[in-house]
Amino acid sequence: MRLLTITGLTTTNFTDWAGPSYIGVMGVRIERTEIAGIGVRHDVITTSGQRIGVVIYRDDRREIALYEPDDPDSIAQSIFLTGAEAETVADLLGHTAVLSKLSELSGGVAGLFTEQLILPADSKYLDGPLGDTKARTRTGVSIIAIVRGTEVIPSPTPEMILESDDVLVTVGTRKGLDELVKLLARTAT
Amino acid sequence: MDINHETLLLIEVGAMLLFMGVLGRIANKLGQSAIPLYMSLGLLFGSGSVFPLDASSEFLKTGSEIGVILLLLVLGLEYSPTELVRSLRKSGRSGVWDALLNATPGAIFALLMGWGPVGALVLAGVTWVSSSGVIVKVLRDLGRIGNRETPTIVSVLVMEDLAMAFYLPVLSAIVVGATLAQGLVTVAVAVGLVLFVLILTYHFGTKLSKVFNANHGESLVLGVMGLTMLIAGIAAAVQVSSAVGAFLVGIALSGQVAENAEKIVEPLRDVFASIFFLFFGLQTDPADIPDVFLPALALAIVTMATKVITGYVAAKGAGIGVPGRWRAGLALMPRGEFSIIIAGLAVSAGLDPAIAPFAATYMLITVISSPVLARVTDTQWFKRRMRGTTASSI
Repeated sequence: MRLLTITGLTTTNFTDWAGPSYIGVMGVRIERTEIAGIGVRHDVITTSGQRIGVVIYRDDRREIALYEPDDPDSIAQSIFLTGAEAETVADLLGHTAVLSKLSELSGGVAGLFTEQLILPADSKYLDGPLGDTKARTRTGVSIIAIVRGTEVIPSPTPEMILESDDVLVTVGTRKGLDELVKLLARTAT
Repeated sequence: MDINHETLLLIEVGAMLLFMGVLGRIANKLGQSAIPLYMSLGLLFGSGSVFPLDASSEFLKTGSEIGVILLLLVLGLEYSPTELVRSLRKSGRSGVWDALLNATPGAIFALLMGWGPVGALVLAGVTWVSSSGVIVKVLRDLGRIGNRETPTIVSVLVMEDLAMAFYLPVLSAIVVGATLAQGLVTVAVAVGLVLFVLILTYHFGTKLSKVFNANHGESLVLGVMGLTMLIAGIAAAVQVSSAVGAFLVGIALSGQVAENAEKIVEPLRDVFASIFFLFFGLQTDPADIPDVFLPALALAIVTMATKVITGYVAAKGAGIGVPGRWRAGLALMPRGEFSIIIAGLAVSAGLDPAIAPFAATYMLITVISSPVLARVTDTQWFKRRMRGTTASSI
């Protein structure tokens, strides 16, 4: 669910699209297809032309599928993962691939979540100082670090200029984080 | 020994549920739907059988009504209004094809059997709607959820379920046997009401969900069940059919509330839906089945073929290759809960009593044979046949 929100934000707004759509997250082709009542399937098409299917079920299970070479509509092999396993695999595959991670803080801090948000490419806050978002005042969410490529900037100051593809590491309540997602999605118009 | 009524009721209901528990497990082992087994159990203990259930018939009747309501509530919970609108835009056309190809044989058949125009409307519905429950289970069992033809199959099912929101009120208005003018008014009111609720839900669905607390199980299950039965009752009172009322409540609830409600209502649904299929079997006299078996088999063969065409054409339209088109077609064959709900409506309205055993037999044939036939596309024979056909491009 959450992953989808973020994916949507990084690209154009596609609420009106019907059927498979091609979106580019960090230059990768992803085809997104809704399976009503069951979940969503994302197809990643690699540069070598291979198709990887990722099915996210409503009950949070994930399935990674490979397709038959002579019948590309049909699954040849698939791996089922729990949400936690999927996260681990995503981490292993490369942390830049992690679009959003929402996890409850351990140690019994109830109701507090940490999440990694990607700054949308058309956000009005792009190329401006972090302070302009007034994130803490407006949503109560703290931005505790910014991940830029392979570099991590801990405790960013309000003067920090936001760049495209910046990943904001945030801590806040679920409600606050939802508000921040909306805030960051605001476009210049 | 003298056993009072309540005690006997407990024993009968308990025994039936226990039997169904065992049957459900057997069906699961065999990779089959449990519905035929529940109905067969009903036939075994039903009217005209060796062990008629006396004490519990009232309870089971009420239970079966709740079963229909919960079946439709959970179905509605699975869909969000946006998903419905998207499916409508994307596959409206295959929905129309589906209706024409599959309702027509049923209607013609009913006329041939001499069941009149109302009987034709009933049988059209019975043959039209595939069973989303059975089909999704088969797709899961065969590991095909991630296949590229699956969204096409599912959108056909969504269209049918949505169409039922209009078909059922129309049917229940007509079977009560009003005059043409009265009938038209009731139908117009029913359709208008359903449209109104759908539009309202599409725009304000999230507001309704806010009434419930998604994280408090007890108040959520009571609230959702209460609202559903209340709306179902009101819907039935204005001839819109209780099932449709429940379906609309399910669609109206969204987000976390819908997700959690589905989780806690599902076990209840399993209990009462099983009672619904059991009760339908109980009502049906097994002695009537041999007479209707051959006609039911003939209609099943015809309408399973028309479903294959429906699925094939819909998948072709979605750019799926030839093997996937066959998979989509064969997957769509089984009929199920809706066929029985429709037949039940007809029976309670006092239509030709032969319709009930006919619908039961028809549904049993499709639901038993389809999961087996759906596996044909996984055989080496089929794959060899398919080699050389045009596969879809990546």
